Amino acid sequence: MTASLFYLFAVGLLGASLFVVLNPNPMYSVVALVFGFANLAAIYFLLEAYFIGALQVLVYAGAIMVLFLFVVMLLNVQSDADHPSLPRVFRIGSWWFGALALVFIGLFLLLVGRSALALLAPSEVPPTQIGSVSQVGEALFTRYLLPFELASLLLTVALIGTVFLAKKKI
Amino acid sequence: MVVPLHHIIAISGLLFTIGVVGVLFRRSAIIVFMSVEIMLNAVNLAFVAFSRYHGSVDGQVFVFFIMTLAAAEVAVGLAIIIALYRNLRTADLSEIHELKH
Repeated sequence: MTASLFYLFAVGLLGASLFVVLNPNPMYSVVALVFGFANLAAIYFLLEAYFIGALQVLVYAGAIMVLFLFVVMLLNVQSDADHPSLPRVFRIGSWWFGALALVFIGLFLLLVGRSALALLAPSEVPPTQIGSVSQVGEALFTRYLLPFELASLLLTVALIGTVFLAKKKI
Repeated sequence: MVVPLHHIIAISGLLFTIGVVGVLFRRSAIIVFMSVEIMLNAVNLAFVAFSRYHGSVDGQVFVFFIMTLAAAEVAVGLAIIIALYRNLRTADLSEIHELKH
């Protein structure tokens, strides 16, 4: 059950990513990427990384993609469907190409699973508590305290830089 | 968890490849930027998978920092795209070649 769910979400993630890259319309690309990141969050939950999964939904699918959507609408970016420098395969931008690519990806995964890489397969991994908020938080506030504080400094710098870049006149 | 580790790593590699293709072939700055995000997420997936299968929390702490970095990067990068658009009236990377000549 867990395995089939995992492959379902993996196909959703790869299909959405392919759609992002192949579709000429940026608006559709943003929405497809939100869908892909939601699938990735589901994969994180299946891997028992609950804290990271929640962050994926909040930060990536929420904040970052809303920012992308905002900029796409603000700039009114045209679709580069008829751009002469774009290879022809990128101008199709329809679902059937993505479906075809997904079939190939499925075949590739099947081959990978049954070939030499199968030697690397680990034995059954017991369930752990490492993905819980308390475990990650404990590591963040003990061993990784200095990088954690530096991350807040980085965010402050990014905030100031963004305001400086985006404003017409300071 | 019944999914073998190398399947997750294969998916991560495929995701990274899709991101590289997007960066190399697309001309729209916003799509290129989204492809970079896809690559970052492929790396995050690999980190979480190894963290889960090796029973260590360090990989997930790394993912936390990568997400922080990605948020800062997106804010600054989109501000740069807006500034470019304001000055050149385009977000097409093939038409931005001021530094070339």
